[in-house]
Amino acid sequence: MLKLDDEQRMILETVRRIAAREIAPRAAELDVAGGFPHAAVASFAENGLLNPLLPAQYGGVELSLLTFSMILEEIARACAATALLLIAQTDGMLPILHGGSDALKEKYLRRLADDSRQLTALAATEPSAGSDIVSMRTRAVRKGDRYIVNGQKCFITNGSVADFFVLYAYTDASKGARGISAFVVEKGFPGLVYGKNENKMGMRGSINSELFFEDMEVPAENLVGAEGGGFVNLMRTLAMSRLFCASQAVGIGRGALEEAVSYARERVQFANPIAALAPIQFMVADMAASVESSRLLTHKAALLFDEGELERAGTFAAMAKFSASDAAMRVTTDAVQILGGYGYMKDYPVERMMRDAKLTQIYTGTNQIMRLIAGRDLLLSR
Amino acid sequence: MHLTPEMTEELTILREAVYRAARDKIAPVAASIDECGEFNRDVEALCWDLGLLTLALPPEFGGLEKNKGTSLCIAVEEISRFCASSALLLIIQAVGSFPIVHGICPEIRDRVLSGIRDNRQLVAYLVTEPSGGSDVASIKTTATRDGNQYVINGAKCFATNGGVASLYSVLARTSREDGHKGLSFFLVERDRAGLQVGRKENKLGQRGSNTTEVFLDEVRVPAVNLLGEEGAGFRLAMKDFDMSRPAIAAQALGIAQGAFEMMVKYSTERQTFGKFLADHQMIQAILADSGMLIEAGRGLVYRAAALYDAGKRNTKIASMAKCLASDAAMKITTDAVQVLGGYGYTKDFPVERMFRDAKLTQIFEGTNQIQRIVIAREILNEVGFTI
Repeated sequence: MLKLDDEQRMILETVRRIAAREIAPRAAELDVAGGFPHAAVASFAENGLLNPLLPAQYGGVELSLLTFSMILEEIARACAATALLLIAQTDGMLPILHGGSDALKEKYLRRLADDSRQLTALAATEPSAGSDIVSMRTRAVRKGDRYIVNGQKCFITNGSVADFFVLYAYTDASKGARGISAFVVEKGFPGLVYGKNENKMGMRGSINSELFFEDMEVPAENLVGAEGGGFVNLMRTLAMSRLFCASQAVGIGRGALEEAVSYARERVQFANPIAALAPIQFMVADMAASVESSRLLTHKAALLFDEGELERAGTFAAMAKFSASDAAMRVTTDAVQILGGYGYMKDYPVERMMRDAKLTQIYTGTNQIMRLIAGRDLLLSR
Repeated sequence: MHLTPEMTEELTILREAVYRAARDKIAPVAASIDECGEFNRDVEALCWDLGLLTLALPPEFGGLEKNKGTSLCIAVEEISRFCASSALLLIIQAVGSFPIVHGICPEIRDRVLSGIRDNRQLVAYLVTEPSGGSDVASIKTTATRDGNQYVINGAKCFATNGGVASLYSVLARTSREDGHKGLSFFLVERDRAGLQVGRKENKLGQRGSNTTEVFLDEVRVPAVNLLGEEGAGFRLAMKDFDMSRPAIAAQALGIAQGAFEMMVKYSTERQTFGKFLADHQMIQAILADSGMLIEAGRGLVYRAAALYDAGKRNTKIASMAKCLASDAAMKITTDAVQVLGGYGYTKDFPVERMFRDAKLTQIFEGTNQIQRIVIAREILNEVGFTI
């Protein structure tokens, strides 16, 4: 087991308190209404949790990835959609942090400082470019001191609520991956048009938007890094984002396991609590083993990032992502099974967790892509 | 069309007719049925028109002469490819009327059975109680004899068609004997004083089926409404399973088939990395595993149904069919959402609904944990080992 330092313990205590008092009680309502957890944004901002990775030099708390991973886990245990808000927020901040000029960082990262409630997002996915990101069609053409952007994005988490976001577009489509560039786009830029928000099976308390760019003007200084540097920049953020998704999946799995255990102890069938039945004991044992092993893998990936071993961290993050999300899918499906007819009803949270879990197998790189990454790293590199 | 060798021309015609009706009339409304979570009267009327809600009745009341179990499975499978909720209507009609068909006393037989046919009455099956799901023997609802009447008291839950049925087959305790010995079935008409439909459940899936609580408070029925003999209830319920488990398995099979067709179609249309999804070996592996499980499930479902139709013991095969087909449906629908990726997770495509619908098939009509116990008991009985 990991030994937590005092600071980590204190932060996690705060997070658990917020999760129990403010997030868990709203989870069902948020799911039904399909809105956005505005209350959570306020609460996270007050407690310095909205941008946990923001460096101190820009007014952030600069937590380690391990701590952030544990925070996400605690929040997802209560409400996965609320955790997704933090993940999308961090995904929108990291490309600027990793690739932006000092001036760009000063301008935009500063906006996230202290108790700011500004929201960010990362816009890469397009209708025909999901896992296969280089087939994106959005184009940015330089004209004097600005870029003119045309194209569209979809499934963008926090898309329509973000105050600013990082956009990926081709500045030179003939160069393939090396022709993709990143830009910071602000809400209100002329030519930025919001489309529909998706009607999803789960994670319904998060917003996934279509974004359209119709001759959208972006100042040239909002280019992140150099032209053509977008793909490498994106991959670096996605490698970390996989760790975040894994942490979220671990949290969903834990939440479902805890529900299943407490129900099994109380539900009486055949004159005894079903906890006394071997088939239930076996299911719970498998569920706990899946959650705990993927949790350790997730922590290991986080530690590798914190130690600066980025290549190995990437491989471990990919393994943690598919392992934790597959575990979450299995564990939530089994939790509904243990709760039986009741589990299938919206009166208990496990059916929501099962719907939420499915997304973790898909987003930020499908589990098929994760296995490709891990497999190639293990077989073909070095 | 997926034929097993035993399929007669009649059954082939039935399959074709139900498939066409489901594709043309039910598929277009499946998403809205799910979204509004309401029982659909047009689908019900279509099923009556096709004779699907009387097929399990005796022939003189609109039922089939033979192959009842197989026909039910065929109809359920074809409808479930498009809308599992709609297929559940057929299953419950057959399950609910089973204790009536097999237990009703001669005096009222003609009136009740012709009433179902002529007045298009739905029948619900009231067995499950809040504290007794898998554990049927723990039923607390009581039926007490009072002269030439029975007085029924109790609360039933998760009753499919509970709010839309005209007739109920109610399992209640008629003696103080513990366990399953003192249980009896009763026919209770909807308009009996003291019968009240409670709240409608808000479910993860199969949202177009009407699942409610039903309360029985001093409900008086004539003694002739006893179905079978006193104490025969548990046996009737178990016999009902011989028909219903293959039917639930057929529902799971249909859901899996529908999701499978979606993933095949999508993967041969969607391109990534310059190739169709179907050109990627990882996707091919998913298609292969899904196809394999569906064919194995289909074999079990129709074998279980054929045994039932031949009047042979099918307990083991029926439970195997239910367990395998529902586990397969859960796996295949989960994978279908995966193959469709972000799009599969939205309500713009039907696979997310199929995923939600599939989960129920692992739970109802005996959870898959119970099925495994039944299967093991049958296997061990065959070698003379008694659990």
